[in-house]
Amino acid sequence: MSVIRTQDLVKEYPGGVRGVDGVTVTIEDGEFFALLGPSGCGKTTLLRAIAGLEKITEGTLHIGERDVTNAQPRERGVAMVFQDYALFPHMDVADNIAYPLKIKKVKRDSRRRTATEVADGLSLQGLAERRPGQLSGGQQQRVALARAVATQPEVLLLDEPLSNLDARLRLEARTFLKELQRELRVTTVFVTHDQAEALALADRIAVMKSGKLQQLGAPQEIFQRPVNAFVASFIGSTPMNLIPTVTADGGVVVGDGLLPLPGTAAGLVGPGTPVIWGARPEYLRWSTEQVPDSVRAKVRVVENLGATVLVSVTSGEHNLQVVAPEESGPQVGDVGWVQATSSRSLLFDPESTERIEVTREWASAESVLS
Amino acid sequence: MTQSTAVQPASPAPLKKSRAGPILASRTVKHFVTRVLFALAMGLVLVFFALPLTWLVTAPFDSNPTMAVRWPDWTFGNFQTLLESPYALGSIGVSLILGAGTIAVVLTLGSLASYALSRVHIRGRDGLLYALLLLSSVVTGTAAMVPTFQLITLIGLIDTHVGVVLVLAGGLLPTVIFILKDFMDSIPKSYEESARLYGASPSQILRHVVVPIARPGLAFVAVWTLVQVWGNFLVPFLLLRSPETKPAAVLMYTFYTESGQVDLRLISAFSLVFSVPVIVLYFLVNRRYGFRFHGGIKS
Repeated sequence: MSVIRTQDLVKEYPGGVRGVDGVTVTIEDGEFFALLGPSGCGKTTLLRAIAGLEKITEGTLHIGERDVTNAQPRERGVAMVFQDYALFPHMDVADNIAYPLKIKKVKRDSRRRTATEVADGLSLQGLAERRPGQLSGGQQQRVALARAVATQPEVLLLDEPLSNLDARLRLEARTFLKELQRELRVTTVFVTHDQAEALALADRIAVMKSGKLQQLGAPQEIFQRPVNAFVASFIGSTPMNLIPTVTADGGVVVGDGLLPLPGTAAGLVGPGTPVIWGARPEYLRWSTEQVPDSVRAKVRVVENLGATVLVSVTSGEHNLQVVAPEESGPQVGDVGWVQATSSRSLLFDPESTERIEVTREWASAESVLS
Repeated sequence: MTQSTAVQPASPAPLKKSRAGPILASRTVKHFVTRVLFALAMGLVLVFFALPLTWLVTAPFDSNPTMAVRWPDWTFGNFQTLLESPYALGSIGVSLILGAGTIAVVLTLGSLASYALSRVHIRGRDGLLYALLLLSSVVTGTAAMVPTFQLITLIGLIDTHVGVVLVLAGGLLPTVIFILKDFMDSIPKSYEESARLYGASPSQILRHVVVPIARPGLAFVAVWTLVQVWGNFLVPFLLLRSPETKPAAVLMYTFYTESGQVDLRLISAFSLVFSVPVIVLYFLVNRRYGFRFHGGIKS
């Protein structure tokens, strides 16, 4: 149980490529923390740097009260579950789980007993004698988790924990993982490229791009108030509508009409300012009749998402996506209205792609501190 | 055949039927001739490979073997003579000692070197490997006979098994490293990293993780090394002087009758005894480790 603190952490590869470029972040004791970003953004490198598998080029890393910047992996009190689980194929499940104890020179009887206890706790009863090759993907993952928690680490690191599971199993494992973390209250950092996974599991998320931290915050905050256009487009199962446009008197020009000026940007932009207007498809409304704060649009594509439909529409020169309830059932070629609200839309600066907001200074200061 | 049944119902007129007949017949003949020729060719190939092997199992039991294969009179006299021959059984033992020694040296050094080469990136690593591989045939080859002999004489290892083992191992190591490096490359690094996180030292990682996982590769190398050493004539022939130190492959060379004729009775019996250990080892290793595919890959 420990706080992890990185200060201006840099991992530079030979040749000058920076995998992690000056990341400062504090992960609280017992927190479930996600490192999220597209592939190659440095999230796994940061995780491996915390584990001690990558040498830190610059900056410092503290786990608990200790400075472990240059410490050996074994001195850090971390355990890690690898993406491919890395279960030793020549050892049975119990030996796999007990391997860390074997290194610690715990007697064979006592370590087999601990292994069985931990395995039972992770619903692996009766599998102690099996080899990893004889287990299902979900069981393999639980064995890997059991091996990681058997030593009661201060910090648990998970590299893409769910990416090797089938879609259905993944949801089960997600719930299981969250429950386990709650039970153990161990500081847990996990890496994922799947924003849905991060939103579902994490207490807080750090969104990374090109080795740099983009935004750090609770899932709700990152979903509703992305700090820049990159985070806005990366988070969400359907990408946020991002429309390069200009403001007008009393609104933002979208397609053939005006949509309300986002509340957060009120008073900051005068008419005629170039901006990027953003709104999540889930926060837009589709209407067959004209309603206030809406633009006329024609349906191009309708995709069924189960309980809802994703409607791609064209209004003037702009393409928008709207999530509509299934019963409203728009057809391709229909004409209707897309309604936006000022509280659920955002403006971004087209130059810096950062969010335009009254309280921006204060908000970004907060996200660095927290 | 399937064509004829397909044609008949579609052509009710007898005229058409008779027209289809000769074509089908000529096809059948052609097919038949092809099959016969193929069988003959296969038979020839089979005889080519089977004859020497048949000789190997029949000639030793013949009281007067020749170079021809024939039904023997099932006597064990040849083996009796072989047992009485002063160095015959001892030479099999020597071959086993040389094989075991070379396997030990080659496996120890080869696995360490290939693990290091697989995990550490040094400039020109692949070039180094290929150069070694190319030059390895020189060490145990005819070209380096004289220098090898002089070197071994100089360091006082002439007429010792250690000398032979070192020269043989030297010649085999580059190939072994090359093969084992491939095996090591195929072991995911996350196994080692995982062991390292739990505090395993490099030697523990090698013993607990790398060697067990690379075991099929090591087993293959062991069998291959034994086969190489077992059949090697030149190196022990050069480096071993006294008759009691000579391995089987060299000893066989001394089986002549008093009149200077090749003693086929001894040679045939000895050949059979000579080939047994390698076959036994193959089956043992195959059974224990199996040169087979392992479970699926989760990627």
